[in-house]
Amino acid sequence: MKIIRVLLQKEFLQIFRNKSMLPILFVMPVVQLLVLSFAATYELKEVDVALIDNDQSALSREVMSRFQATGYFNLELETFHYAEAMMAMDQGEVSLILEIPSGFQTRVREGRVADLQLVIDAVDGSTAGLIQSYSTSILKDLNAEQMRKIQMESYSPQVQKVKSIQVIPQNWYNPDLDYITFMVPGILVVLVSMIGLFLSGMNIVREQEIGTIEQLNVTPIRKYQFMIGKLLPFWVIGMIDLLIGLILARYGFNIPFLGSLITVLIVAGIFLITIQSLGLLISTITHTQQQAMFIAWFLMVIFILMGGLFTPIESMPMWAQNLTYINPVAYFIKIMRMVLLKGAGWPEIQFMVYGITAMGSALLLISINKYKKTVA
Amino acid sequence: MNSFAGFVIKEFKQIYRDKRTLTVLFGMPVIMMILFGFAIRNEISNAEIGILDRSKDEVTHQIIQKLEATDAFQVRAYLQDVNEIEALFREGDIKEVVVFEANFRQKLVREQRADIQIITDATNPNLANLVQSYTANIIQDYVKALNSEDQIEQAGIMPKVRMMYNPELRSVNLFVPGLIAVILMLVSTLMTSISITREKEMGNMEILLVSPLKPYHIIIGKVLPYLVLSVVNVITILILAIFVFQVPFEGSYLLFFAEAGLFTLTALALGVFISSVASDQQTAMMISLAGLLLPTVLLSGFIFPVQSMPEVLQWISHIIPAKWFLIIVRGIMLKGSELLMVWKETLILIGMTVFFIALSLKKFKVRLQ
Amino acid sequence: MPEYAIQTENLTRKFGDFIAVDHISFEVQKGEIFGFLGANGAGKTTAMKMLTGLLTPTSGKALVTGRDVYTEAEFIKKQIGYMSQKFSLYDDLTPRENIRFYGGIYGISEEYLSQKIDEVLEGTGLKDQGDKLVQALPLGWKQKLAFSIAILHNPKIVFLDEPTGGVDPVTRRAFWEQIYEVAEQGITVFVTTHYMDEAEYCDRLSIMVDGRMDAIGSPEDLKHEFSASSVEEIFIKLARSAKRGDG
Repeated sequence: MKIIRVLLQKEFLQIFRNKSMLPILFVMPVVQLLVLSFAATYELKEVDVALIDNDQSALSREVMSRFQATGYFNLELETFHYAEAMMAMDQGEVSLILEIPSGFQTRVREGRVADLQLVIDAVDGSTAGLIQSYSTSILKDLNAEQMRKIQMESYSPQVQKVKSIQVIPQNWYNPDLDYITFMVPGILVVLVSMIGLFLSGMNIVREQEIGTIEQLNVTPIRKYQFMIGKLLPFWVIGMIDLLIGLILARYGFNIPFLGSLITVLIVAGIFLITIQSLGLLISTITHTQQQAMFIAWFLMVIFILMGGLFTPIESMPMWAQNLTYINPVAYFIKIMRMVLLKGAGWPEIQFMVYGITAMGSALLLISINKYKKTVA
Repeated sequence: MNSFAGFVIKEFKQIYRDKRTLTVLFGMPVIMMILFGFAIRNEISNAEIGILDRSKDEVTHQIIQKLEATDAFQVRAYLQDVNEIEALFREGDIKEVVVFEANFRQKLVREQRADIQIITDATNPNLANLVQSYTANIIQDYVKALNSEDQIEQAGIMPKVRMMYNPELRSVNLFVPGLIAVILMLVSTLMTSISITREKEMGNMEILLVSPLKPYHIIIGKVLPYLVLSVVNVITILILAIFVFQVPFEGSYLLFFAEAGLFTLTALALGVFISSVASDQQTAMMISLAGLLLPTVLLSGFIFPVQSMPEVLQWISHIIPAKWFLIIVRGIMLKGSELLMVWKETLILIGMTVFFIALSLKKFKVRLQ
Repeated sequence: MPEYAIQTENLTRKFGDFIAVDHISFEVQKGEIFGFLGANGAGKTTAMKMLTGLLTPTSGKALVTGRDVYTEAEFIKKQIGYMSQKFSLYDDLTPRENIRFYGGIYGISEEYLSQKIDEVLEGTGLKDQGDKLVQALPLGWKQKLAFSIAILHNPKIVFLDEPTGGVDPVTRRAFWEQIYEVAEQGITVFVTTHYMDEAEYCDRLSIMVDGRMDAIGSPEDLKHEFSASSVEEIFIKLARSAKRGDG
């Protein structure tokens, strides 16, 4: 016990003495939480539109003003030449071209089909999808109004017979489809993982590179004491960061905390050990900080991008979805969201917690085994 | 010049002797490309949904069949009551419940109008949006088919949508340029900054500085091997993108490689700059990581569109080199842009490169005196 | 009770096909200063690593303080001190903190440690530097400090791997005085060195060539045996016959 205390004392002394380390440990996570939470959004904000209005009618003007009224669309360019509008799109100045053919109003009034061309810059497929669904719903509403008007003004059998199924969407837990609510718990996971994975692993490789590890190896320190001495400081720091993050999430971002905070903290504790063990494992198979860093970063990117943080796991092909079973980050992101946003409790998350625990124990055992007090 | 050649050869040898790192350096882009090419998508596949059918007639059956027939959905649960939804959503696997109202077919025939409720688990707004619009599209298609069976033509405004540059809305087309940027940042910026700080930490830098080598010789020598690596990586990614993922390449290869070369230089210059600021490897790596890689992934438009961000972040995104590189590469690959269309972005990148090189040269000189 | 501090028989270590240490057998008496000489790459460091439990031997026997290095390495570690040629001190800690850390690891009690810290700082002349970071200290002082730390827990044997590399003769001389003091307290000193004048200070010497131990004995005996006037002469004679290159 005393040896562990001495080891911890030394680690903390070293961590807090390193001037560039303190901001990295405590300021960076906060800044990242703030920046990333706001950045990670697919919400449509301002779509620049080029309008080609060949009809110049009351209805065609109504179309554009409906678009503008939503606040999402901004009329950037008005022209009669398709080529000019296309040029603007090529240069990325507009992302939607709205082309209204002549005779548009007349056709609508007569109850005939009136085409309207929407050209969308689809380089970014998800934004394009959003532009499309916003535009079509604007046009659908407008169309419904027009049809009612025609029905009232003149009886048109054509219009009456058309069947329609009304789709009424309802979004639970997050009715406004607010991205921040969704992203913050996930980003917290990423920040904690980075502290756990990079710093604890790096720390051992550093002692190897400097040579102090040899000195430790000829002392009677036991492996587990050494491991605890290396794991615990960053575990504590990771937990403190998580707490700061949770406080910010609750009071800064107004994220609802439906589930139990204790559950989150317990899972976080297990998760941190798991990810730190992975860091240790990396440090036992590498010789320089550069190597360790590179492998850790590589794994981290894969964990994050395939962990459902940004793009849904449900979008991945089956084999890739299966890979998430061995991705601790994916588990923890899912648990955080379920517990905080949906109020899930132990029954719902238990199998994932078992998963993380199993991974953590395996990694810890392997890395303790791999770490040798003897060289070569 | 001779000592310079010797120095460059030493740098190459050091890097290429470390087989493990080398494997990672070459293998990584391939693995990343394959994983992300297949896995990072905003399309839906096999999303699990539930059905609450209060009508159970032939129309609702047909619609359920249509939903099941797509790759997008898997019907996993049939519910009896709305109250069951809460528990289902909490378990977390089912993302959407489609609710048919009672007497669905009757209403559709008599009143020409029936309602379907789509209840989504919107903890993930993006996913909720996606499943919702997929479902709505399937239903709309069904209605259209129904109407045309009855030989009734749709009336009124009919939007015709054309998706430019990426008609199938494939995410891979969007992500490939971003991936190039991230990998270049990783290889060029992170690796150079660490390798130079390592020399500093180990005390070798002093030896180099007292040698007849000029500071810029040292920098060039350090940077050259990574430049070669970067070029190989870019070519690998491009080959994979075009032949495995069928990403279109509309523009000129020459321009593409010129721009990729330019961006590599920017990334290397940044790496050198970081190493001139950081005193040890740990600091260099944390700066590269927090200051560059995360912003490159998140603020450049790689995954999330820049236009969706708050004003402040849009401003910040201007100083991120990857943002400009993404505009350029997406332009060249998908839109067939020529230099005339991307000269502004190119100039910005050149400016950034010159700025970082000048700054780090100055830093090196100061240390010499 | 073991008769010898260190006793080896045909101790061997191979790295693949390369035989770093080739069947060496020798004894080190308790309380003596034993010099371990050899050109670069002759196998000194490998041999020392086996004796300190850092490296498992391929074959042969080795007893340190009467304990078997194969089975009782962890026990041996409590009884020995070690100072490596790389720096074993933490640069970003102060001398005081370094002493406290290593003292703690060996389980030295708090009161005794506090007293010991003052003693060490006094003894190494670092009293005023006790709270400065180690990285700011001159090399010679770092070496003295590292040595003091290696014997902090009163080990039976202390292993010194090229302890005086890179410092001036005066500092080296002072360091050797420290070694004598330690030996007088009954601690066995096992030291590798490149400096032939230092070799003359040892009670007994051994010279390794190509992994073999080609000479062993007191400096005087060896001079007789090889009919040489100095240890340096013997060393050069033997080292010339080596097949292995430098490094």
